[in-house]
Amino acid sequence: MDLELLTQLTQAFGPPGYEEEIRAVIREVVTPLADSVWVDPLGSLVALKRGTGGGKKTVLAAHMDEIGVMVTYVDEKGYLRFTRMGGISPLMHIGGRVRFADGTVGVISVERREDSSKIPALEQLYIDVGASSREDAPVKVGDPAVFMRPLVAQGRRLISKTLDDRVGCYVLIETLRRLGPTPDDLYFLFSVQEEVTLSGARTSAYKIDPDMALAVDVTMTGDTPKALPMAVEMGKGPAIKVQDSGMIAHPAVRDLLIAAAERVGIPYQREILLGGSTDAAAMQLVRGGVPSGCVSIPCRYVHSPSEMVDVTDVEQTVALLSAALAPA
Amino acid sequence: MNTLELIQQLSAAVGPSGREAAVSDVLRPLWEPWSDELRTDAMGNLIALQRGNGAEPRPALMSAAHMDEIALIVTGIEKGFLHVHRIGGTDCRALLGLEVTVHGQEDLPGIIGTRPPHVLSADERGRIVPWEKLFVDVGLPHAEVVARVPIGAPVSIQRPLIRLQNDLVAGKALDNRASVAALTLALQQLRRREHAWDFYAVATVQEEVGAKGALTSAFGLNPTLAIALDVTFGKQADDNGGGTFPLDKGPTIGIGPNFHPQLVQRLRDVAKSEEIPTALEPLPGHSGTDAWSIQTAREGIPCGLLGIPLRYMHQPVETLALRDVERTARLLAAFTASLEADYRPRWEDEQ
Amino acid sequence: MNRDALLELLYMLSNTPGTSGDEIEVRRALRPHLEGHVESLRVDAMGNLIAHKKGTGAHDLRVLLTAHMDEVGLMVVDHTGEGALKVATSGSIDARLLPGLEVRVGPQARPGVIGIKAIHRADEDENVIPVSALTVDIGAHDREEALELAPIGTRITFATTAHPLGQLVAGKAFDDRAGCAALVALLQGPPLPCDVFGVFTVQEEVGLRGARVAGYTVAPAAAFVLEGTIADDLPKEEEGSPTSEIGKGPVLTVMDRSYVADPRLVRLVIQVATAAGIPYQFKQPGIGGTDAGTIHFTREGVPAITLAIPCRYIHGPVALLDPQDLEHTVALLRASLEQLTPEVIQRP
Repeated sequence: MDLELLTQLTQAFGPPGYEEEIRAVIREVVTPLADSVWVDPLGSLVALKRGTGGGKKTVLAAHMDEIGVMVTYVDEKGYLRFTRMGGISPLMHIGGRVRFADGTVGVISVERREDSSKIPALEQLYIDVGASSREDAPVKVGDPAVFMRPLVAQGRRLISKTLDDRVGCYVLIETLRRLGPTPDDLYFLFSVQEEVTLSGARTSAYKIDPDMALAVDVTMTGDTPKALPMAVEMGKGPAIKVQDSGMIAHPAVRDLLIAAAERVGIPYQREILLGGSTDAAAMQLVRGGVPSGCVSIPCRYVHSPSEMVDVTDVEQTVALLSAALAPA
Repeated sequence: MNTLELIQQLSAAVGPSGREAAVSDVLRPLWEPWSDELRTDAMGNLIALQRGNGAEPRPALMSAAHMDEIALIVTGIEKGFLHVHRIGGTDCRALLGLEVTVHGQEDLPGIIGTRPPHVLSADERGRIVPWEKLFVDVGLPHAEVVARVPIGAPVSIQRPLIRLQNDLVAGKALDNRASVAALTLALQQLRRREHAWDFYAVATVQEEVGAKGALTSAFGLNPTLAIALDVTFGKQADDNGGGTFPLDKGPTIGIGPNFHPQLVQRLRDVAKSEEIPTALEPLPGHSGTDAWSIQTAREGIPCGLLGIPLRYMHQPVETLALRDVERTARLLAAFTASLEADYRPRWEDEQ
Repeated sequence: MNRDALLELLYMLSNTPGTSGDEIEVRRALRPHLEGHVESLRVDAMGNLIAHKKGTGAHDLRVLLTAHMDEVGLMVVDHTGEGALKVATSGSIDARLLPGLEVRVGPQARPGVIGIKAIHRADEDENVIPVSALTVDIGAHDREEALELAPIGTRITFATTAHPLGQLVAGKAFDDRAGCAALVALLQGPPLPCDVFGVFTVQEEVGLRGARVAGYTVAPAAAFVLEGTIADDLPKEEEGSPTSEIGKGPVLTVMDRSYVADPRLVRLVIQVATAAGIPYQFKQPGIGGTDAGTIHFTREGVPAITLAIPCRYIHGPVALLDPQDLEHTVALLRASLEQLTPEVIQRP
């Protein structure tokens, strides 16, 4: 496990629509590994590894963007109100910190409320950047920010902000590094704006016009105290998507992944996610339709600043993709 | 084959959204004799082409009816009981006590169970059972269930078609197999009629999860016009106001932003000359049908909608009139045959 | 276009009825103002009016400019035995403001009124009456006459005639006839360096649907969406964002519920506004959605931005805007398009 790379990936700035910094990090790593690399009109990065076969095209997508916040109002005293960029819950962020593109750091806190036993609305939270007035505030309405938390490796577990979906980006990079010759042309798509509209994967897949599309993303687990029942656990291997709230995986794609896992002896789980979806939902509907599926890395506390994954799951996801894409 | 047998066969086929292959298998031999080409596309849509006799390049009419159905899916296994959730808009108020089939490694019969009322609080007895507390029981020990039922296995309701009075029928998946039946009948009728336009019959996939098959098949076919067929709300004892339509009084014709005004008028004109009764169905926004996806494919596709009135939608006792299915088929065939080779829908203000 | 001409155009467009899917009268009203100023004018399968204005040839960017023609309204869905019309909303209308209104029904613009139970006979209930419980009275004697005069599917719009009000102007449907007026004003001016496709779109209020098709058809390198947007600059109990404010200049979207505006286009517009001394403001992020929400994801992706004229009381019978904001929006759009070069949106 290349922890240095994963650290770099998780800590780079990249809320939806503002992926320049993370794109530069990934671009530098993949350029020597791919036959060609380009950036699409909305900002997605594509690395093409040419195949040896009949030119069938497969897309592997992991999104570069991360959840964040955007300033909606600066009050007279310099406190900031904000809205969500992607799905964030007030419960996860009070007491946490955010970082703006220019390095400004803010603390998230909450107004005093009559009934403090209730979960506050996002409108009741504010960011304090230490300003003393509106004029003194170093940020303005429309400025985006991301959450702050370092990557920690503890035994076989990794804890960090933005494992959703930088661990997917990591898996794509590792797969690209390790993969020998493949029959299909492989398009490694590092997409933008997944957390808000899925527009990056949708438009890049339109351009590529692929024969098959796979998203590589995190999924939730059912293995925490009183979790919503879900038959996916951290540490039990990659999850092969059956369906989620935005997509039903193409049965042939799902079975291709299952067959690959069984052939090389990788443990896997079958995933049904009730709340959430991935880039595959958008890629599936491009043009005349694209058989699509998804390989997920089980992840606890998705969309919190401290997401947790298992190293073995990550490594086995790379192995699963390699087995599926380069059949022996 | 008569309409009743056709609907019986189509209702019995199991095709939850995203897993429609079994319905395609039933349809292929039914459509093959009446088609010039028959194929399945990347998403699983079944597409039949019946060529017109106009000069090439010929305009094309796409007629779409979705073949997927709402159902349940196995999400987990606990002490041998199956946890399930919905595929599409399954109504969890109408599930308890039903007999089902679990489509695992092989088909297994099962029952939808929950804890008895005697042991529940008054509050719990008064509320709809949430998904987490509803189980499918296949009567096997845990280890055997785990071995035979993979997570993600679909679960369908066992409900052979019921014949009610006055040629009404009730059953599962009549949303939208009734329209698939009408499309099948129209395909047969058109083979015996002159038509200048190419006619594409499309049994679409994944309508119940967002009209997805219609979106991609419309992009793929890029037709000149499209008519979607779907069921609509029938008048029933407890719901009979605006937006509901009597059974056995003919199909509805959709009117609203989803539909080109000239096609609405033309459908009404053809119905009148064929003496087919119809009602106008006002849809001021999202039509909730395949037409919503088709209309914005590529550079825009003028659409129309025919609706078959149906009671108790998304319950295992969906009820409709056989004659409405036949009328819908006849109207679609007559509309298709009426299209002159050079007809294109135009806006009133176009020169 | 001078202010009087611009306002006359706005009034005319505002007074024209056109709910989603029934924009024909708006197209008819727009045509004479576009003919002679653009190279081509056509209607597509959805009903979008597409005007192509060739550029000077300075560069070969194709730019899509849109403003939507449709307005929120009602549709007849049923008739009562007494001859009243049952209705449903077309687009989102605030049910609080319907009782007591005068409306126009159908292509003949028949007058109608929305009345409710007399206060003496009403329940003591502060709940808003849902649209499904309201009726429109056109004076029909019975169901048969109502059915004949206003059949199922008949469109209903607010009855307001636009007029000046203090330093502002008042009218219905400023969302988005104000954007339409701004787009006409731009297209009537001299050619720009880029090739411009001005599209007056349909069905924005029911799901940004005309724009989606327009984005696919035009396949532009960038898109500017013109809107009439929410101004919530009324007195409030708590300090907070006004979403936008009347009289403070064109409103730039950074992010709304439908998309994230391209930061490079946002930067460009800010630079241009600053250099030209045109006031501008940011719309409160995360509120509302515009045609850019479907344009940006068409084909291979389209960098997009929304410029809006701040309006109070949109989606109601009488909206207000400041003519200066309208003029500034036209000026800022033109100046931005003059500075838009391939380098701005290039991806190295």
